[in-house]
Amino acid sequence: MLETIAYSIFNGVLYGTLLFMMSSGLTLIFGMMGVLNFAHASFYMLGAYFAYTFGLGTGFWVALFLAPIAVGVMGALVERYGLRRVHQYGHVPELLFTFGLAYVIEELVALFWGTVPVAYKAPAALNTTAFTMFGLDYSWFKVFILLVAVAMFIGLWVLIKKTRAGLIIQGALSRPDMVGALGHNVPMVFTLVFAFGCALAGLGGVVGGIHFVTDPGMAFMMGPIVFVVVVLGGLGSVPGALVASLIIGILQTFFLSVNFSLADSIGALGIEDSGFFGVLWHMEATRIAPVLPFLLLVLTLIFRPRGLFGKREA
Amino acid sequence: MLRNKKTGLFTGTMIGLSMAISSITYAQDGPIRISYIEPLSGPFANVGDQGLKHFRFAAEKMNEQGGILGRDIEIVAMDNKQSPSESVQLIQRSVDDGIKFVTQGNGSNVAGAMVEAVDRNNRRNEDNKVLYLNYAAVDPALTNERCSFYHFRFDAASDIKLEALSNYMKTRDDDIDKIFLINMDYSHGQFISKRMKELVDEKGLDAEVVGDVMHPIGQVRDFSPYVSRIQQSGADTVVSGNWGNDLSLLVRAIDSAGLDVNIYTYYGGGLGTPAAVGPRGEDKLHQITEWHADVNVDEGLEDYEKWFQEFKERYPEIDWYYHRIYNQMHMLKAAIEEVGNAEDIDAIAKALEGMEFDSPTGTVTMRAQDHQILQPMYLSVMDTEAKYDADNSGVGFRTVANIPVEQATVDTTCDMRRP
Repeated sequence: MLETIAYSIFNGVLYGTLLFMMSSGLTLIFGMMGVLNFAHASFYMLGAYFAYTFGLGTGFWVALFLAPIAVGVMGALVERYGLRRVHQYGHVPELLFTFGLAYVIEELVALFWGTVPVAYKAPAALNTTAFTMFGLDYSWFKVFILLVAVAMFIGLWVLIKKTRAGLIIQGALSRPDMVGALGHNVPMVFTLVFAFGCALAGLGGVVGGIHFVTDPGMAFMMGPIVFVVVVLGGLGSVPGALVASLIIGILQTFFLSVNFSLADSIGALGIEDSGFFGVLWHMEATRIAPVLPFLLLVLTLIFRPRGLFGKREA
Repeated sequence: MLRNKKTGLFTGTMIGLSMAISSITYAQDGPIRISYIEPLSGPFANVGDQGLKHFRFAAEKMNEQGGILGRDIEIVAMDNKQSPSESVQLIQRSVDDGIKFVTQGNGSNVAGAMVEAVDRNNRRNEDNKVLYLNYAAVDPALTNERCSFYHFRFDAASDIKLEALSNYMKTRDDDIDKIFLINMDYSHGQFISKRMKELVDEKGLDAEVVGDVMHPIGQVRDFSPYVSRIQQSGADTVVSGNWGNDLSLLVRAIDSAGLDVNIYTYYGGGLGTPAAVGPRGEDKLHQITEWHADVNVDEGLEDYEKWFQEFKERYPEIDWYYHRIYNQMHMLKAAIEEVGNAEDIDAIAKALEGMEFDSPTGTVTMRAQDHQILQPMYLSVMDTEAKYDADNSGVGFRTVANIPVEQATVDTTCDMRRP
């Protein structure tokens, strides 16, 4: 049991940090601009593909920096020439715009890179074993993912809470007219926030693309779960996104790692493995795991609509 | 006004007639078309893509030799996104386009829906029947309780593969104490999980099944939680019917966690898995197949080796993997040539029934009773010394057990309804 808990925590934290990298940008954009960006996971995908393509020429380490910048630039263009025009019509058109954008990006990626997964791999140096826990090896790449996520969280926190830029961003959120009157270019602030949020997703893609698979389906695979994280953590809250990511990561991994069903632990009690209740009684934890995040989403919306750390209703 | 109406009627009739005539001539002189209904996007796109390359290559090679009855073979690729309902629609589209043959293999759940759709179409639409050639969906139900006159399977059914696998595992009894089953959560994986446990008892294997896990199809991107379960169970042997990414990611996770287990697979020899594990899979990763590249070397099959090499020249990034596509295409050709046309589906199906074909690996027979092919099988294990490595991974396969046709046969309960 100790082993199971240790694995679940480590693997779960790893998965959770990847979720955090993807969701921090989304929650930031929502918190600052009120835009629920359906295309967020698409920027995550672009990050992976850019890193793969740049990596062919420059190697992984340069691509690690170039790819998020490129994704950020794309995000800025989308905000400046797409979202800003739609913004005046309200939030629903914005939502529909990003929804369509997600499909456009997916099709474009399939056109440029093909529908088959690309061979995007970690550099050899990171593929070596870092440490062994209860007989299972963990590579340096996994440690690297953790480090990137920690650096990202600290960087974000310092940026928003401790710098002048963060102050202006927070001001522009709640009192845009006042910040504008003080001589700041509010639309520019919005563009930068959107670009920055996309770049964060891009960075998530650079490491996530290696850890998972880089194919045109990766955005739609990750899209729903990222929303779960953001809702659970509270829309707009970066610490909330971190906590929610870790909760989902650990919980899901734990359910996958244990051999558990009500029938096994309490006893079959003569209940047949058929019918609604019987199936539920004999259901193994492994098979519940995929539905777990969405169950959390529904429960959060029912019992605590503003999420764990959110300040307003979802 | 009246004049105009008449002219219109006349023109309309003529256009209709000429279209009808052209479609008839097209049907009889144009290429023989086969719909290839597989995932060309989504998590299994790479699998669909490789199969398509195999079919296109085989068609091209056969067209060079004069095609079938002097007509070219054309493969029409259709993307079913790995969805049963999309596949059913694509069968309808094939029928509408006048295509008489459909082929599919990935996913027995998809295959099950397709068998039903083909049967329904052939019952209601007697003039536009279609024949379903299954090159990879291995759920035994398709040739047992759900068998159909219009369905032919060119791959060994899952029960045949498991039979061969467990016979071999019996000879390795000393190395095998604890078996862990990990499979995809649909009919295919569920069958393996159920049947493998029965076989452990039936064959008297001196081993126990210590784990049995189902995971969602094409959804799992990180198998490390599953790997930690394998590790905790203390298993020394893993049996999996996974395919595509679900196998390559599983094997990669086992490898990167440094877990020392033997892995018995159906599809370890291609479709991304050799590249995922590389030479570290040597003497560990096994597969049960109807052929692998070094069979050509072992048995001196020079013509087939040339076929293999030409495929490699065309598609350097992958290898010829589906020997059953070779069998399927050549047997279809033989059946159509026996009938003398490519339109009479009932006659072609009858010609395929019981057909014996001299495949490079030996004589293969399409069992008339259930339309299951019976063919020699090979159990092989990864070996860096193999002449041909798979998918440029630096590791190929070495045969560890030849399974003659007689042993690669399992009885059927099929009670087929015939026209």
